[in-house]
Amino acid sequence: MRPFSFNRAETVKEAIAALAQNPDAKLLAGGTNLIDLMKYEVTHPGMIIDINRLPLKEITDLPDGALRIGALASNSAVAYDERVKARFPLLSSAILAGASPQLRNAATTGGNLLQRTRCYYFYDTAAPCNKRAPGSGCSAIGGVNRIHAILGANPACIAVHPSDMCVALAALDTVVEVEGPQGAREIAFLDFHRLAGDEPQRDNTLQTGEIITGLRLPPNPFGQNHTYLKIRDRLSYAFALVSVAAAIEIDKGRIIDLRVALGGVAHKPWRDTLAEREFADRAIGESTFREIAERLLIGAKGQGQNDFKISLARNAIIRALRQAAAGTPQDQTVKAIQ
Amino acid sequence: MADARSPDLPVCNISLSINGERQKFTLHPWTTLLDLLRGPLELSGTKKGCDHGQCGACTVLVDGERINSCLKLAVSLDGAGIITIEGLGSPNGLHPMQEAFVEHDAYQCGYCTPGQICSAVALVKEGHARSRAEIRELMSGNLCRCGAYTNIADAIEEVMDTQRIRPVKEAAE
Amino acid sequence: MLNPSKVVGVPTARIDGPLKVSGCAPYAAEHYEPFMLFGYVLPATIATGRILAIDATDAERFGGVIKVYTHENRPDTAWRDSKWKDEVALPGHPLRPLESDRILFDGQPVAFVVAETFEAARDAAALIKIHYAAARPHTDLRNELSNRYAPPVPRMKQLVPPPPRGDAEKAFKEAPHRISSDYEMSGEYHNPMELFATTVLWKKDGELTIHDKTQGSQNSHEYICQVFGLDPDKVVVKNAFVGGAFGQALRPKHQLFFAVMASLDLKRSIKAEMSRREMFYLTWRPSSFQTVSLAADEEGRLTAVMHDAVHATSRYEDYQENVANWSALAYKCDNVKISYEIAKLDVSTPGDMRAPGAATGVTALETAMDELAYVCGIDPLELRVKNFAHRDQMQDKEFTSKALHACFREGAARFGWSRRSLEPRSMREGHELIGWGMASGIWEATMSPAEANVRLSGDGKVTVSAAASDIGTGTYTILAQLSADAFDIPLRDVTVRIAESTLPKTGVQGGSWTAASTGSAVQAASKAVIATLLKHAQKLETSPLAKAKVEQVEIADGRLVLEANHQIGMPVSEIMERAGLSGIEEHAKVGPDMMTMRKFAAYTHSAVFVEVRVDVELGVVRVTRVVSAIAAGRILNPKTARSQILGGVVMGIGSALHEEGMVDHRTGRIMNHNIAEYHVPAHADIEDIDVIFVDEDDDKASPIGVKGLGEIGIVGVAAAVSNAIFHATGKRIRSFPITLDKILTERTDQ
Repeated sequence: MRPFSFNRAETVKEAIAALAQNPDAKLLAGGTNLIDLMKYEVTHPGMIIDINRLPLKEITDLPDGALRIGALASNSAVAYDERVKARFPLLSSAILAGASPQLRNAATTGGNLLQRTRCYYFYDTAAPCNKRAPGSGCSAIGGVNRIHAILGANPACIAVHPSDMCVALAALDTVVEVEGPQGAREIAFLDFHRLAGDEPQRDNTLQTGEIITGLRLPPNPFGQNHTYLKIRDRLSYAFALVSVAAAIEIDKGRIIDLRVALGGVAHKPWRDTLAEREFADRAIGESTFREIAERLLIGAKGQGQNDFKISLARNAIIRALRQAAAGTPQDQTVKAIQ
Repeated sequence: MADARSPDLPVCNISLSINGERQKFTLHPWTTLLDLLRGPLELSGTKKGCDHGQCGACTVLVDGERINSCLKLAVSLDGAGIITIEGLGSPNGLHPMQEAFVEHDAYQCGYCTPGQICSAVALVKEGHARSRAEIRELMSGNLCRCGAYTNIADAIEEVMDTQRIRPVKEAAE
Repeated sequence: MLNPSKVVGVPTARIDGPLKVSGCAPYAAEHYEPFMLFGYVLPATIATGRILAIDATDAERFGGVIKVYTHENRPDTAWRDSKWKDEVALPGHPLRPLESDRILFDGQPVAFVVAETFEAARDAAALIKIHYAAARPHTDLRNELSNRYAPPVPRMKQLVPPPPRGDAEKAFKEAPHRISSDYEMSGEYHNPMELFATTVLWKKDGELTIHDKTQGSQNSHEYICQVFGLDPDKVVVKNAFVGGAFGQALRPKHQLFFAVMASLDLKRSIKAEMSRREMFYLTWRPSSFQTVSLAADEEGRLTAVMHDAVHATSRYEDYQENVANWSALAYKCDNVKISYEIAKLDVSTPGDMRAPGAATGVTALETAMDELAYVCGIDPLELRVKNFAHRDQMQDKEFTSKALHACFREGAARFGWSRRSLEPRSMREGHELIGWGMASGIWEATMSPAEANVRLSGDGKVTVSAAASDIGTGTYTILAQLSADAFDIPLRDVTVRIAESTLPKTGVQGGSWTAASTGSAVQAASKAVIATLLKHAQKLETSPLAKAKVEQVEIADGRLVLEANHQIGMPVSEIMERAGLSGIEEHAKVGPDMMTMRKFAAYTHSAVFVEVRVDVELGVVRVTRVVSAIAAGRILNPKTARSQILGGVVMGIGSALHEEGMVDHRTGRIMNHNIAEYHVPAHADIEDIDVIFVDEDDDKASPIGVKGLGEIGIVGVAAAVSNAIFHATGKRIRSFPITLDKILTERTDQ
């Protein structure tokens, strides 16, 4: 780590002001990723603004049936919240599929959105990496890239977003509430994270000085027709190679609303809403699931070591759709995949 | 307090309750809770296994919740109550979970053990684990390279049994 | 003459347990002194080349930094290579940290920063700027196979392949059943949970007390004294608690060198602890390529065994381990050909990791045996029984004991093996194919020379001393058990003093030999104490034991008595008092019995049975059941013994499914040098493991009948897992670890 000054913000306004005044400041919430990155010398904030005292821990019901989750609610608090479990079980399940109980106790909702890639080269300060050092090149292309992207990648960066929670949030049409020097605004979840494009150093669309204050989960009609299916190298405490958050609204055996978000495959939680809409009114069943998987993976491209992710993603999508359609979501404790 | 500090670098004043005793500290902000415990406080029961939240050896209870102390800046915990392995019991007065670990040989080298025990104590209190499969999943943030996992699960099951949190035996046998 | 067991053989909780579970057991980095310094190592970021320039200015100016050591200012040390050779050094030139500008492997230490705090040392290290001239690295063993060679200087004669037996090639060609397969094993990393660390406590008179993470305090002691030319009497090395090692701490590590170097240079106490990343840059299980060819007659009797192995070593040392020789003795066969070579890569020197050689070599052999079983159409267990070796054909010796039949029988019964159908893909539940696989394991049962002191005091309490280590194996407890039985006293009356270089000489703790060696030394010293006690008793007037021979007496209930008649004897305290003694201390030295070893070969054996469930569409493998049946002679403490086997099985599962060093061969650098991306099994990966110790009496392997347990638990496990995966899926995957991508892409064989 490099020496930094430490400030505590007591209000959102204070935090925004401090952030605006100190371009090299970073916000500290749970710290599970930021402290890690600082120890690895990947990031060197000159100032840490501790926002843990901001009043953003609450989970509150909204009049329209939505649920608002404060940015500082811990991953555990969200996963085990009775309302989340009852109304957004997909989110609860995805959170419990990630990290460990200790990390989930510390990590926050806002922090989860802002966690950075696990690309080996991003973490290794001796290696060229466009995300860490723009313009230096991408070492993962042609290198050790078993965990890298198969969708939406480009020659500048093939890193993937590592979150499980965000995959569920993407499927649930979540709204991200942010506040900045210009005031408050909302960002649709699918617009929050970005593809690497020619600015791989930017993971998301937050403007300078903006902070996440909360998430809004709109009510959904999925009931038990959802699942979070995570495939990884060991059975727990490992990042996803591929994960699928699926939810289907079904009426008389036909798809009304289809949501499929993918984790571990792209620079952002991957969702293709255009493709999803093509399957409206289609009959639930194996052939439809296969078609959905093929459709969602059009354009998927491997980097060598991660070629297997394409067939893995295809099979995982099909399996997840079966689980969702059957109303038998994957239990994150039971390691046999239904 | 034996604070080792470099002059001219930022410091913060905080207070923490550690194993029931409130103490004041003047620290550089980059001191992690783990390095504070293992360094100036000489509470070396909390272990450093990776320093990056990848192994769970540094697990302690902060305001009752288990966390990885290696990823917490001590200054960000100002006012908090911390329980470490030393606060759970001593060699002559072991906590029931510590006793169960001895009885079930739920360790070999003993290095991951304090973290496993802190984690297990929290697991029981959280109340989300009933079955052995749930114990396994919710203990997965604590790696044990000696491979004592089945014995650790046995020890936890015994403690849950005596506290009448009876785990359901698995049907998969 | 020793008492029948009261404690030995009884499941006994570790005597050091309460310290470990309460956080009161101090490991190497956990010793304190006011104003101690902290050291931090900076690893190189190229695999081969030179340092052109090193600029430590910013680091030196960093608040709290005392000194930065690089190859440009390192204090002088021993010049001759021999001074750098530790007890278990390898042929070649041992690494001398900061010796020159030359880089031989990724992660080689290039600077050592000493500061007043750990954080200052760590953070200053990141400010050191190094300009390298990187050369093209050669780190892919596959590409270096053409440069393989037989090590010109064998590490040990046992590692040299035996001469061919019969004509294996001819027999192979003529056989009705045969298989020949290539196996590939990734490099593995020990990753004990404790980071390598050394605390050096410096005293004004130049005395050093060193707490080191090592499997041998005397090895570290000798190394340090030689390298720095220190008076051996002024240096003490201790390793009271060792947080796992698995072979990685056999040889002294660079943090020991650095901590002592800086302590001597700065005349201060200092602590140096590695980062987890550094744990990947030294002593690893080498990647290997193997070919096993087996042939059998119509009945499934082996007619040819050929095993070729090549593994990686470094540019500077020839690491060697016994990969292939197991194939010359595991089964009865008259035509055998073994070949074994190594190849140099731009990597750090590999080293012993739990069951070195066997963990990879027996995996290849036992997978090949499974393949042969399918070619012959014979049950894999039956094939092994059919080819049972009653004699070590490689050394032409009898076995001291071999209760492997019992392992097969009891393991199979417990597992339910008889319900297995030979056909792959014959069991399914839900989306998972279920497979049952088995393998056999073998490891050598050896003794190393060991010494011990045992002191019996007038109050009947006993102190045992030996320089042995307890790396989690349970040494403290078994030595206490042995003494408790020898003197018929409760465990709490035994004090075990181990883990210090000043104590009676033992070898490093490795190779599964500690219990057999140090345990036998303790028994011998205990016998000597009793003999001396008897002598004193017999000098007394009206001694009831006047005519007793030493073989006829024992201690029971605080009295030295005739074994045949406990009425005759006298209290130990009375003998001591009347003889004017406060205690009796005796020394003993044991070693392998050369006469016996000329005729006999000693091995531990195992049979391991594994159930896997494989979701073939998703590649997910779960190991749901393991039965490991072990024949390892006498079991001193079934509780800690079982733990050792559990640990071996878990590491074997990791080896089968997870563990893989991922090297970017363009740069020669290990990219997953952390335990988030180098996967070792987590709780969720490990379900039921059943351990069986079969009865095995062995009066030759060691004086106390012990054969050792540290390695045998892992041997064969990876093969049993891969065989079970084949049985589940029909996919024969010969590249380890069997990660899910291999399950997805491998075609079904049958």
